[in-house]
Amino acid sequence: MATEVTMPQMGADMTEGTLVRWLKQVGDQVNRGDIIAEIETDKATVELEAYDSGIMAQHSVKEGETVPVGDVIALLAAEGESVPDNVAHKPPAETPPRRMIEEPQPIAQATTQTTTASTTEVASAEKAPPPPRGAEEAHERIAPEGNGRVLEREAGARQRVSPVARRIASEAGLDLSAIRGTGPDGRVLRRDVEEALRAHKAGEAPAPPVRERELAPAAVAPEARPAAAPGEVEPLSRMRQAIARRMLMSKQQQPHYYLTLDIDMTEALEFRKQLNASASDDQRVSINDLIVKACALALDRHPKFNAEFTEQGLRQHKDIHIDIGIALDEGLIAPAILDVRGKGLGAIAADAKDLIERAKNGRLTADEYSAGTFTITNLGNFGVETLIGIINPPQAAILGVGSVMDQPVVRDGEVVVRKMMKVALSADHRVTDGAEGARFIKEIQGLLENPVSLAL
Amino acid sequence: MAVEMRMRDALREALREELLRDERVFLMGEDIGGYGGSYAVTRGLLDEFGPERVMDTPISESGIVGAGVGAAVAGLRPMVEIMTINFSFVAFDQIINNASKFLYMSGGQFNVPLVLRMAAGGGSQLGATHSHALEGLYAHFPGLKVVCPSNPADAKGLLKQAFRDPNPVIFIEHSALYGVKGEVPDDPDYRIEFGKARVLREGTDVTIVGYAGSVHQGLRGATMLEEQEGLSAEVIDLRTLRPLDIDTVIESVKKTNRAVIVEDDWKFGGFAGEISAQIMERAFDWLDAPVARVSGKDVPMPYNRNLEFAALPSEEDVVEAVLAML
Repeated sequence: MATEVTMPQMGADMTEGTLVRWLKQVGDQVNRGDIIAEIETDKATVELEAYDSGIMAQHSVKEGETVPVGDVIALLAAEGESVPDNVAHKPPAETPPRRMIEEPQPIAQATTQTTTASTTEVASAEKAPPPPRGAEEAHERIAPEGNGRVLEREAGARQRVSPVARRIASEAGLDLSAIRGTGPDGRVLRRDVEEALRAHKAGEAPAPPVRERELAPAAVAPEARPAAAPGEVEPLSRMRQAIARRMLMSKQQQPHYYLTLDIDMTEALEFRKQLNASASDDQRVSINDLIVKACALALDRHPKFNAEFTEQGLRQHKDIHIDIGIALDEGLIAPAILDVRGKGLGAIAADAKDLIERAKNGRLTADEYSAGTFTITNLGNFGVETLIGIINPPQAAILGVGSVMDQPVVRDGEVVVRKMMKVALSADHRVTDGAEGARFIKEIQGLLENPVSLAL
Repeated sequence: MAVEMRMRDALREALREELLRDERVFLMGEDIGGYGGSYAVTRGLLDEFGPERVMDTPISESGIVGAGVGAAVAGLRPMVEIMTINFSFVAFDQIINNASKFLYMSGGQFNVPLVLRMAAGGGSQLGATHSHALEGLYAHFPGLKVVCPSNPADAKGLLKQAFRDPNPVIFIEHSALYGVKGEVPDDPDYRIEFGKARVLREGTDVTIVGYAGSVHQGLRGATMLEEQEGLSAEVIDLRTLRPLDIDTVIESVKKTNRAVIVEDDWKFGGFAGEISAQIMERAFDWLDAPVARVSGKDVPMPYNRNLEFAALPSEEDVVEAVLAML
């Protein structure tokens, strides 16, 4: 039997992906581990590895096409095997029903004094991936009511779908993952699919753009947005949508408190100069690398800032993965330098350079954009004095970093000029209190002001 | 015109009409003459047609089936009655190795137009060795036709058709149905083509497939489903297992998306498995639930009356199977 290749889920809230490019053409031999395609997600272009071997028998999805997670995108056949036509992914015709079940996308709400550095996904290993958000909403929308036999499907479990339900959904281009089954063991039956189709038909009357106009006033202050004439709404890029969704989530669900502090970077800059005098190009240490190292050490000593709030309790992360905010033309991305605890400054510097390079090319791995446990966002290069970040959910804190500036300060009763840098800690008050935050940020300050400790 | 009669009478009418129609037709069997047959199907025929055409035989199933095969090959149209299907085991070699293969192994030279009537099924406290449901077993063999009517009209029409068929026909009569009454057309040429299932009751929610005795559990189950659950069940009587009218079943399943097969036979390796597999092969994309089988329990038939009923499929079992797939 032909093996189905499906649109992978590369982040907890990824619901669909775009097939950018096929790297294996129909007829090509595919070996397990081969890169067969490039997939664009909300955040990056990711290479799709084959999990099976075979002959590429069919591209069910064309380049440039966007399909829901789990949809068949290709078929791999065994040698000499023929592939039936009806397995083909049906591109959504006319009004794709999926449009109906997408969650509302809030319009970007960033304001001038607040910059964000958070678009990454965090999905710790022990946590079962939650169902796609869009799917969840669709459940609420189209699950038949009043049936006492509705069974909740366990996250990650194979969805049971009767053959006839699968066929009807496939013919209608309906996303099955969005349908709750009412049959034995939660099986999606014909009646469930037909109910969903009826619900879609009932809701199809308004054209999609109407929804955006309806949502806009709720998500953004009226004066911040010049009234766009109908038809002038520019569609949000996938990255923009992700940023909007995640920042809104953070501000709605994570009560922030803020602490700011001046750090004297004079010694650190001198230390850096000495390090770089003898370092090779790829190991040249930036100011941000010093801050990453200082944060890694501070997080090790204040582990609550390397944790995550859940309803069940505080989830403490074993490893320290520090996200660094990287501004791209199309938006912002914050991939992680992985496992920072064990890394020296040279390794951090090399990793950071590599990460920035690949982020610009859209070639990050899934881990790098989903594993972060703490974020540093730095607008020092732009001459910004203070940056107060929005926490990158579900992390516990973010450190905003401003420019290093010559400032007059008082030392031993004398006014002297020192290289000063303002940092701001935004922390989730559900996880820590201000005093803990103060000790944490003072730790960072102490480390940077005595930079020899960073070499350890 | 149609006349109400019991199934045994309908069968007798068919035999009588065939004896009258074709002088090559004759009957052989244990106690079919003077005694009128264990189930009184042949009562009166000895008097009417004489001992050359209605022959009492010794208790030797292998011998009488072998004689029937020889007579058929020689150009006669014999009907051999095996008192009950359980005794056909003794004649198995004649049935399987001779009757079913003669045409093939003679390179098409010799047909075996033999009608083998047998009473089958449980429910009458006849014990483990006398209560077999073997329709599916005989349907396994290419070269045999297997007919299993569920009502008097079908019994007559199918038996008359069996005499016109050029191949060996295993004609299985469910012993619990001999007394069942029904309208039977009195047209002397009334026949029912083999391989034509009949939709006894139309429905939209589930297809219940049965044959012989199990058709009645299916029908009663359908009534219960309608009265108690408001469900609409379609009931199909296969009438012949070879040839099998799977098209009618598939067409129905495509409408209802669910199927339950009911049979007295054991589930393991039974005929319901064959129907189930064909539905899966041909209507997979129309199924809303796995095909269910309501079959006899996997034990030799108990003699105790309560245990015997427990071992046989019931209409309650049918209802339960349907509700489990909704």
